[in-house]
Amino acid sequence: MTAILQTEGLCKSFGGVEVARAIDFAMQPGEIHCLIGPNGAGKSSFFRLVLGEHRPDSGRIRFQGEDITGLRSFARIRRGISVKFQVPGIFKALSVRQNLEIAFQHHLHGHDLDATIARVLDFVELGAVAAKPAGELAHGQQQWLEIGMAVGVEPSLLLLDEPTAGMSPDETYKTGEMLRALNAQGITILAVEHDMAFVQQIAGRVTVLHFGAIFAQGTVAEIIRHPGVERIYLGTADVA
Amino acid sequence: MTVFDKPTLAEAAPVARRSRTAIWLARLEGPQTMGRGPRFWAAVAVAVVTAAAYPLFVDGWTVGNAAYFLVWTFMAMGLGVVWGYGGALSFGQTAFFGVAGYAYGVLTINFGAAYGFTLFAAVLSVAIGALLAAVIGYFMFYGRIQGVFVGIVTLSVTLVLSTFMAQTAGPEWAIGAARLNGFNGMSGMPPLTIPWLGGDIALFADRPLYYLLLALVVLTYLGLRMLLNAPFGNVLVAIRENPQRAEMLGYDVRLYQVLAFTLGGGLAGLSGVLYTAWGQYITPSSMGLTAAALPIVWVAVGGRMDITATLLGTLLVLSVFQALTIYGSQYALVAMGALLLLTVLLTPDGVVAAAMRRVGRAFAGRRRR
Repeated sequence: MTAILQTEGLCKSFGGVEVARAIDFAMQPGEIHCLIGPNGAGKSSFFRLVLGEHRPDSGRIRFQGEDITGLRSFARIRRGISVKFQVPGIFKALSVRQNLEIAFQHHLHGHDLDATIARVLDFVELGAVAAKPAGELAHGQQQWLEIGMAVGVEPSLLLLDEPTAGMSPDETYKTGEMLRALNAQGITILAVEHDMAFVQQIAGRVTVLHFGAIFAQGTVAEIIRHPGVERIYLGTADVA
Repeated sequence: MTVFDKPTLAEAAPVARRSRTAIWLARLEGPQTMGRGPRFWAAVAVAVVTAAAYPLFVDGWTVGNAAYFLVWTFMAMGLGVVWGYGGALSFGQTAFFGVAGYAYGVLTINFGAAYGFTLFAAVLSVAIGALLAAVIGYFMFYGRIQGVFVGIVTLSVTLVLSTFMAQTAGPEWAIGAARLNGFNGMSGMPPLTIPWLGGDIALFADRPLYYLLLALVVLTYLGLRMLLNAPFGNVLVAIRENPQRAEMLGYDVRLYQVLAFTLGGGLAGLSGVLYTAWGQYITPSSMGLTAAALPIVWVAVGGRMDITATLLGTLLVLSVFQALTIYGSQYALVAMGALLLLTVLLTPDGVVAAAMRRVGRAFAGRRRR
């Protein structure tokens, strides 16, 4: 089966600091894959490389078999990649409904648009606050709104950068269930996450990054048992 | 059913397919423009009828003066689109104003006004202004210039053009029969002239030109309301609010910015053409620093994020500015600066916009009672 996302020898450095060191990564369609690692491991940089916000120094990025290394961000999104940022990337001055309308108006119009917005509002449980400015929502609701917006571009692959940052345990659990529901509807998910309980709730496979390189890969159980992973979090492991 | 599925038959059944015209007309109201419902449109109708009746009660000079006010509203509305909706503060709309004005002068001085040529020249000149905006916008936005640097680049462009035109005084600076005339500017071009069976109608700064301008203002205003409430306007607002998120929703942010800038340039060009046709002259100072700053004052004081507030604010500030110029002479510009400062400090979204919001709330409150 063709990998939905594949990177080959992906390298990137900023002023001598290597944030990606020959990363060979692949994930299959339908997976929920989590990317973990200590601060500075290169997780967010890897996302930015996949999204086209950074140009790699060398290496290739393939999405559904197509080389997208040279494409600009919006073109990658149009091919089926979507993202939710760590800090909610919403339009704070606009209403919740308008946020979703802008996200969906690409491919939906008129009644189709209205019906889909209603369905997504229901899915992210924001129907009651649809007319409110997005900036006035609680933090967790802003995160859900952004998930709703990211889903609106009908992605095959959803990238989530710490989707539960700042959420209460209840909200975190709810978010996990939301993502599992989206995955069941056919969306492949790649998430950067620190909360191991959340990783256990959603992930099938986990990749550990350390100093810009892949340190370990496996199922959640395998990663939890991996002797080196705890050491890198405690700062005693060598660079891979 | 997934969140992406198209509506079911049951969901779609009650809705009849609307025609394209009905969809565009519905966009006269929407989230990106203030004002909706019968009361608002009644107020608009009263304003238009009052403006149409105005020339019946005043002399020709006063009508010509009112036409002068209307001339500037296109540039202001264009700046509103670029800055208020798109978030890119252009300090150089006067560049497109001046280039289009000079283009109209060169074309009509060389080819005259017969056979409706002035109308063709006007359209061509607006297109030249828009084309210049498209070229500058392309290099600016695709060159990743953003924020305050957009203002710096655009101001530089208009100042360069103003300085260049000011030194074209010699007889060698002519395009065909049209002398550029340096600091004194170009004059002697014909006014807009409509070909007519009984003889051409020249639209001097009086009633006929006023009515043409009024019609153009109304059409441009309504057209912009529809455009801003269409997906294009939504994307512009999205770019203003969070360009990274807009790009990550699949929008080519730079393309939208260039399109908005081109539209703004075209509207500034329209003002330039109409100004040149109105007064039958254009000077380099129309692209100078003071001229470049004034549209920002009009739009900021009115309310940059709403096209109605921009339009009303521009007319209001122009009237106040003219009164100040007459009665306050050299203090007029100082007063304008003070007005801008006060607006930024007290009502950052604009005085007219704040007043409109207050009126809207008052009506909503009355309805609830």
